[in-house]
Amino acid sequence: MNPISQYYTATDHFVLVPAIMLALFGCAILLLDTWIIPNPSQRKWLLPVFVLPGLGLTGFALWRQQAFLAASGSAEITAFQGALTVDGFSLFFNWVFLIASLIVALVSYKYLEIEGEHHGEYYGLILLAQSGMFFLATGTDLVTLFIGLELMALCFYILVGFLRTDKRSNEAAMKYLILGAFSSGFLAYGFSLLYGMTGSTKLRDIASTLAMRDAWDPMVFLAMATTAVGLLFKISAVPFHMWAPDAYEGAPTTVTAYLSVASKAASFAFLLRIFMGPLAASRASWEPLLSIVAILTMTVGNLAAISQNNVKRLLAYSSISHAGYMLLGLIAGNPTGIKGVSVYVLVYVFMNLGAFLVVVALRRKDLLGEDVEDLAGLIHRSPGYAILMLVFLLSLAGIPPTAGFLGKYYIFLSLVETGHYLLAVVGTLYVAVAVYYYFRLVRSMFQTDASVTEPLATSLGLRVSLAASAALTLAIGIYPEPFLRLAQSSLTR
Amino acid sequence: MLTLVLFTPLAGLLVLLLIPSSAKNAIRLWANLTAFAGFLVSLPLVSRFDKSNGGFQMVERADWIPSLGAKYLIGIDGISLLLVMLTTLIGFLAIFYSWTAIEDRVKEYYAMFLLLQTGMLGVFVSLDFFLFYVFWELVLVPMYFIIGVWGGPRKLYAAIKFFLYTLAGSVLMLLGILTLYFQHHQQMGFYTFEIADLMKIDMPLGLQQWVFWSFFVGFAIKVPMFPFHTWLPDAHVEAPTAGSVVLASVLLKMGTYGFLRFSLPLLPKASIDQTIVQALAVLSIIGIIYGALVSLMQKDWKKLIAYSSVSHLGFCTLGIFALNPNGISGSVIQQINHGISTGMLFLIIGVIYERRHTREISEYGGLAHVMPKYAIVFAFAMLSSAGMPLLNGFVGEFTILQGAFETNWVWAAFAVTGVVLGAAYLLWLYQRTMLGQVTNGRNLNLPDLRWSEMAVFAPLIAWAVWIGVYPKPYFDILEKPVAQLVERVRPGYFAGPPPGEAPLAAPPVAPVAPAKAGPR
Repeated sequence: MNPISQYYTATDHFVLVPAIMLALFGCAILLLDTWIIPNPSQRKWLLPVFVLPGLGLTGFALWRQQAFLAASGSAEITAFQGALTVDGFSLFFNWVFLIASLIVALVSYKYLEIEGEHHGEYYGLILLAQSGMFFLATGTDLVTLFIGLELMALCFYILVGFLRTDKRSNEAAMKYLILGAFSSGFLAYGFSLLYGMTGSTKLRDIASTLAMRDAWDPMVFLAMATTAVGLLFKISAVPFHMWAPDAYEGAPTTVTAYLSVASKAASFAFLLRIFMGPLAASRASWEPLLSIVAILTMTVGNLAAISQNNVKRLLAYSSISHAGYMLLGLIAGNPTGIKGVSVYVLVYVFMNLGAFLVVVALRRKDLLGEDVEDLAGLIHRSPGYAILMLVFLLSLAGIPPTAGFLGKYYIFLSLVETGHYLLAVVGTLYVAVAVYYYFRLVRSMFQTDASVTEPLATSLGLRVSLAASAALTLAIGIYPEPFLRLAQSSLTR
Repeated sequence: MLTLVLFTPLAGLLVLLLIPSSAKNAIRLWANLTAFAGFLVSLPLVSRFDKSNGGFQMVERADWIPSLGAKYLIGIDGISLLLVMLTTLIGFLAIFYSWTAIEDRVKEYYAMFLLLQTGMLGVFVSLDFFLFYVFWELVLVPMYFIIGVWGGPRKLYAAIKFFLYTLAGSVLMLLGILTLYFQHHQQMGFYTFEIADLMKIDMPLGLQQWVFWSFFVGFAIKVPMFPFHTWLPDAHVEAPTAGSVVLASVLLKMGTYGFLRFSLPLLPKASIDQTIVQALAVLSIIGIIYGALVSLMQKDWKKLIAYSSVSHLGFCTLGIFALNPNGISGSVIQQINHGISTGMLFLIIGVIYERRHTREISEYGGLAHVMPKYAIVFAFAMLSSAGMPLLNGFVGEFTILQGAFETNWVWAAFAVTGVVLGAAYLLWLYQRTMLGQVTNGRNLNLPDLRWSEMAVFAPLIAWAVWIGVYPKPYFDILEKPVAQLVERVRPGYFAGPPPGEAPLAAPPVAPVAPAKAGPR
């Protein structure tokens, strides 16, 4: 018997294939870009030849895992002695990451050309970041999760600072890096306490050991609090949100879009794994804490967004407030709430990516296109984009019949079911506040005259991605049944 | 059948989007055809309607979102029939009137109107709470744009104020809906939004009260009841004429309809709770008197009519919370009446505004000499709104007051001052604008009503006279559904008056089968 086979079994391989594909193609792009491609104009082939097949093979591997689960009837596949677990939850989130990466890769080409920073490693980093996300959604071991988080975060530090000659981009990357490292430290501290108390890094073992201890046990509380700080930083919850507006504003817009959906989705997957796993037993101590954080997050996010004149910053604050809503689902904590977070993450990908893509479309050689005024009269310049943006904004605000309404619907329902009426009322009233600032953009697009009259010039990839995002935003809103079934599958874990 | 009525405007909208926006007349023609078709397809609803059936008719049911228990379930009873007919007629007239009034961004304008039309119809025919909520919110967006793009000088402010106010109300209402939905799941074991199912659950009074107040916020802002009325004058004054017409005639009725369709039957215990009934009646009476007094003081013609809506809608809500057949059927008829007469009044303002571009009452005077036809039409609208016998307003207000009197004579005593004040501000308005000598030289050469404008008013005047002279068909249509509603809220109402309550002069209907009443 080959000794290696007990450390790397066929099951292990089966589970790991998506990450292998992502890492393989990611590294291949990095190497090819420096060594083999002599002529910058050949970079345009990177996307169709490497990125798309890489994502395609990842998708195929995920599909095989899904098919296997469905055929075997089992709820999960564990690998590496329980360090990785493929279940409905991980598959759901991996699909979400895949969609986000695909859309972002498709729209980046022209944008990076305009910025003059079209390098191959951009795509490589996106694929590597996604492999980090894979471990965040699939990992069930503290060390695996931590490494997955760092892999993702490192890629994002670089991507945020990708515009090397742009001061804002550099500043954003620096801020993000320092604060990110700081929060990772907190997280590592919390993890070490968890390990110290339980003697295991496996989430399942930690959960069963912690269940025997009191929620208000000082050690447990300390471990919970430090872990929570690290995680709340990643989802940009108040008071750990300071990095988000700066990073969002400074980063290349395509990266902002990716950061705001994929990184947030992965962090939420991570957060749910930890809080519904090892920390589930100490709910009594974290529920009040997270409730306060959620209210603060919605308050600061929504109120600060009102006065923003930069669209990216406005969307950054709006994305902070969305994190608050998603937290509410965790606070409710019943199946409806968890499903609510899944649905929210899914619809958030389409609507938030869509909104950022319109900002991407506004970028021109001579115009940043990030101010609210730059949207002025968009309905006269490019009516199609204005209407798509309206759909995304309505969805972000949660107005039916768009997808965003369903996310909020589940969150509110779960709060009602678990008797958190106060949180529900606060959450609903902030919907009206949110409409106010989203409609500042609408007003600019539809009700003011254009300073520039020429239509937007955009790439095919961007148009396709925008149309697909908008179509899905509407489709999920009008006929959500298949998507809800998909989200339901994320509950099997 | 109902699906056809519901989606004709939407189908027309899809075709409209294919017409290039430079072909303005083609767009106008198509929008008018669509709206007219929308009215025509709604006519068979009347002939097919079975008055002897108190339940829902022409019901259509299909699965929509099984995981949520939301269905595509539509149907009408007498109350919704009248409101649907009002919507299709007013919608068509508003679109017809806009032909000359709107020159700018024509395609978007008609697109918004057709979308609005489907949204409003959807609200009145939905029998599934989720579906209802989707249509309810769907109405906001087109109305926002109609006010905010084609409106007056303060349109941006008015549009967002309208949007935020109504949205804040409706999201709180959503929490109430979710509570009901969850309660149903607790008691019956499955999720559903169907109203008939939700009526079967038995909730304690305390919870019903909470849910009632959450519905109240949503509906009262829409009506609007005092003190939630402040968005209304702004929205009305700034909206383009057709927007004001639809807003006043149809949109406000969504709130009163909500009370009738949801608050009363779903929360019967809360609806007869004395605190709630008294509170709503007092708010209605304040609305009636306050609206009328503020109308008296207005210098702006359109604002005057806007505040008069607050007063008239106060009658409608007072009638509902009289909780007897007279009050409720009077309220529904008054909702239709308000749609007709206030719709006409806003059109009248639109006509003069198009000619003079001012709404200051002091700018006018003696117009009857210059525009005699206009003065006659205005007289009809004014008298119908003021409640002169033989016109529609009288029928509604009289029945409501009768209902209010049966419940509590003090309410009626206060409300009746609203009638007097109503006559006062309307007659005074008429006197200041139409009568006397022409004092302002710019008014000397105003052209009288065109044929196309007369065509808009003609059906409304005819309808006003019909209801005023022969309201029996309307009461017949309403009799059964209203009786069921009263029976639901006050079980045993028709069996005989409980001791201590003033006996009815003439119970309008025989006892209905109590089988439909909810679990007791």
